[in-house]
Amino acid sequence: MTGGTLLELGVVTAYMLVALAVGLVAYRVTDRSAEDYYLAGRGLGTGVLLFTTFATLLSAFTFFAGPNIAYANGPEWILVMGLMDGVLFGLLWYFLGYRQWLLGKENGYVTLGEMLGDRFGSRGLRGLVAGVSIFWLFPYVMLQQIGAGEALVGLTGGAVPYWAGAGLITLFMVVYVGISGMRGVAWTDTLQGVFMLGITWVAFLWVATEIAGSGGGGLAGAMPAEFRALGGGAYSPQWMLSQAIGIAVGVSMFPQVNQRFFVADSERTLKRTFAIWPLLVVLLFVPAFLMGAWANGVGLPLPEGENIVPILLNEYTPGWFAALVVAGALAAMMSSSDSMLLSGSSYFTRDIYRPFVNSEASERREDVLGRVGVAVFAVAAFGGSLLRPGSLLEVGSTAFGGFAQLAPPVALAMYWRRTTKAGMFAGIAGTQAFYLATVFGPTVTLGGVPVVASSYFGWFAQVVGLVLGLVLTVGVSAVTTPDTTEDPAAYVDALRAD
Amino acid sequence: MVSRSALAWAACFAVLLALAIPWFLWRSDTLVAGLPVWLWWHVAWMGVTAVAFAAFARRDWGMFVEVDRR
Repeated sequence: MTGGTLLELGVVTAYMLVALAVGLVAYRVTDRSAEDYYLAGRGLGTGVLLFTTFATLLSAFTFFAGPNIAYANGPEWILVMGLMDGVLFGLLWYFLGYRQWLLGKENGYVTLGEMLGDRFGSRGLRGLVAGVSIFWLFPYVMLQQIGAGEALVGLTGGAVPYWAGAGLITLFMVVYVGISGMRGVAWTDTLQGVFMLGITWVAFLWVATEIAGSGGGGLAGAMPAEFRALGGGAYSPQWMLSQAIGIAVGVSMFPQVNQRFFVADSERTLKRTFAIWPLLVVLLFVPAFLMGAWANGVGLPLPEGENIVPILLNEYTPGWFAALVVAGALAAMMSSSDSMLLSGSSYFTRDIYRPFVNSEASERREDVLGRVGVAVFAVAAFGGSLLRPGSLLEVGSTAFGGFAQLAPPVALAMYWRRTTKAGMFAGIAGTQAFYLATVFGPTVTLGGVPVVASSYFGWFAQVVGLVLGLVLTVGVSAVTTPDTTEDPAAYVDALRAD
Repeated sequence: MVSRSALAWAACFAVLLALAIPWFLWRSDTLVAGLPVWLWWHVAWMGVTAVAFAAFARRDWGMFVEVDRR
């Protein structure tokens, strides 16, 4: 093992210890109720909410996958992120998030399925939303575990085998999430988010200074000619818009993000986070992705299966610094997974176990079950990450599109009083079937027009699915009447401004 | 009756979305201080978006979402 490896392991270990300590503190201040365990008692302030949402969402992507895209295709991905997370997700945060927050506060909802099930008086709908969510979430968690496990193998130069690395991370997360719940997860996310933001800027300025001072045309010389012009190559308008819309909408329905719509402590917190989103997007993604583009410009090769940021840092900064960043990214992967485990567990216990298996479960029992659920979910995902069935990997890598399909029916349910239960079932089941067919099924065209395909004149299937979801939900709602169990006024009455 | 400020905010949000990617700079390869000009647009636009969101949050928070407000 080199000094760098020891340092990386040291940072990872330190992260785990700090996280566990935070988890224990969180455990002590969390009472034994589902609302406190899953939602931190709806009490998160601006800084914590901002960073926990951010860290949950994008941490590993910021350092690994994102810069790799910029390296391969050009830095235009920064614009995609700006539209996606700076503007679009900000607006979804307000239109879906604020409304969900109001409804959750009024009626005590903990999950999306619970909120919809209540409005439409339908246990089936509640279970369907949870089932669809878990279907996409599970393989996605598995991918995170594979990534983290392999990163640990790489860190130790193979001294720790994959099963041990992934197993260790799983064990850590089970213990940590099982103990701490949302409060601890959010606190460590915040520590980690601040650390990541700081270290990104140090790395960026360091690399920029080295490149600017190294001759060869300075920073302009490090921007490859084909990267300077906006668009071209992979970046067509449809491609950029499809990515931005598909991912932003998908993110809003990812359980660990959607559940964060419920956790703000006050309206003031929501107002502030709303306005800070675009700034955070600039601060994080511009430096991270520019590093990817520069690495291409200075001619660094990117071997298959590796990430460009560590390679660039090894070139321009001391080994210990590169090690620090890699360890930070590994910690980031864990912090994404822990939030997903927590939300996955809450969807299972609240929306499947309680309504379908044991509706008499006490608060105490649900609390225990939630923690056990985390362990079951994590261990199953670990098992999956060892076997790696190809179809599950495919589901994980297309999860954003799968979650995005939930958004049109959910938005209609919240804003359009005429939405019926039948419309919801049609919108959700119909688009899921459509999207799955585009991922797994054969391509079907009719007279040159794609019917089931991954691309529709450059637009992605997941974006076409959004339109289909609107049409199905509105169409079926229009021709059906509400069930007697439905309460069209449920969301309206709860939303009267004081 | 939809209020004038609701229309104005709807238009504002639409513009923020429409120009997050500066389509009018498509294929422009001008560099400013070593970075593509469209990247500077992005930085400025995110600033504009943050200011607009903050103004909305201060003046008209609740519009479109709370039921009695239009």
